[in-house]
Amino acid sequence: MGEPLRVVVAKPGLDGHDRGAKVVARALRDAGHEVIYTGLRRSAQQIVDTVRDEDARFLGLSSLSGAHGHLFPKVCELLRTEGLNDVIVFGGGIIPDDDRDALFDCKIRAIFGPGTPTSEILEFIQASNAMDDAGVGQTSEWHWSSEA
Amino acid sequence: MLGKQANGTGLLKHEVSALQAMIEAAMQGDRRSLARTLTALENRSITLDEIKTITGEHQATTEHWQSLAITGAPGVGKSCLLDGLLTQWAGSGLRVALLAVDPSSPRSGGALLGDRVRMTVVDHPTLKNNVYLRSIATRKASGSVPLIVADMTEFLLILGWDRVVIETVGAGQAEVRCAAIADRILVVEGPARGDGVQAEKAGLLELADAVIVNKCDLPGAKRHADELKESYELGSGTPPPVMLTSALHGTGIETASAMLLELVSSGRSERARWRERLLAHHERKILESPQLDDFLEKLAAGYMSLDDVIRSIGANNSE
Repeated sequence: MGEPLRVVVAKPGLDGHDRGAKVVARALRDAGHEVIYTGLRRSAQQIVDTVRDEDARFLGLSSLSGAHGHLFPKVCELLRTEGLNDVIVFGGGIIPDDDRDALFDCKIRAIFGPGTPTSEILEFIQASNAMDDAGVGQTSEWHWSSEA
Repeated sequence: MLGKQANGTGLLKHEVSALQAMIEAAMQGDRRSLARTLTALENRSITLDEIKTITGEHQATTEHWQSLAITGAPGVGKSCLLDGLLTQWAGSGLRVALLAVDPSSPRSGGALLGDRVRMTVVDHPTLKNNVYLRSIATRKASGSVPLIVADMTEFLLILGWDRVVIETVGAGQAEVRCAAIADRILVVEGPARGDGVQAEKAGLLELADAVIVNKCDLPGAKRHADELKESYELGSGTPPPVMLTSALHGTGIETASAMLLELVSSGRSERARWRERLLAHHERKILESPQLDDFLEKLAAGYMSLDDVIRSIGANNSE
């Protein structure tokens, strides 16, 4: 296996529920990746600064407060503004089915709901890492189809 | 994998020009290029010597320290204390880079890097421009600091960062490898860390240029600081300063940050430091030898002895 992938796991907004983010961070660590956890209540700018300074390949956003429709696109937009176009973004938490297409439209490549096996998230990481156009500012229309 | 591209010949021409563009952008102050160059260093896809062909050599100063290692047992408050110190230093206009090391899992090779959680200075609207924080996993390194951190530190200094602070993995008494890579060593202790005999034991505390007893709002801190001072006074040479802080409440941070900035080398353990540097240098030569895998195979098969390997690596390096 090559060098570990660097993944930022972030909690945007005022939501204080971090169990899901921690489970995902732990699963990525156990799969041999380097996970940078931001802690709670981060602004879009703080998250993008972290992704830039830590040179992360992936950004995982977690929200359970219902603000995903506002916060996730804001983070994606800021990543593009800062030229971080090849960073691959995925999301998780309580995200109703009806909200997901809008998030895929802003190039979030996967949404993982409660009950997702962590092995599925690892499969997504591998699949998207092998692509060269799955970044948040890149051309692909692809997104992961999750069962959960 | 290690050292595969050490001579630069493993790189294709367009890769070289891409690296050059990246390093030049980092010199212009582009943070993303800085971060990417550090990754390339960490992954050994570029060496410090290759970088220096573009940036030029580092102009060292002897007026003050340029790199400081902060070490101490897990949970004594190193990250929280650092946040206070960096806030003071960045506020006075210094540009400070922090390399925060956390352990890699020996089982999976992965790591959870959580030092950012306690850092508020990187989120400050203006101070954040004076601070660069990078989380680093130990990967395969032995000891609390991977030796590639020495190269990362030098690269940051070349780029014009005023000071580089290295936060080690929570370290035990015998962990003195940080002496190999930093100009100064700050040891952070907590209250009630054992009785007076603990302060007499050899190890990390002997190499410290300064000691901070953090969590001084808790009982036992003052007594522990007194025991440390007493212990230092029994030894020879100038004792290092022993300070009390409470990073949580901000007590003593201002005094400590001013004092640390001007910290002189205790000079008490020059030989011990050079011993660490020599050991670290030797270990690195072995780990970065392009024939390491080959040597290990021959060792396992009985074709070479340990002394043969050491001789071969020494001979290759002097070519």
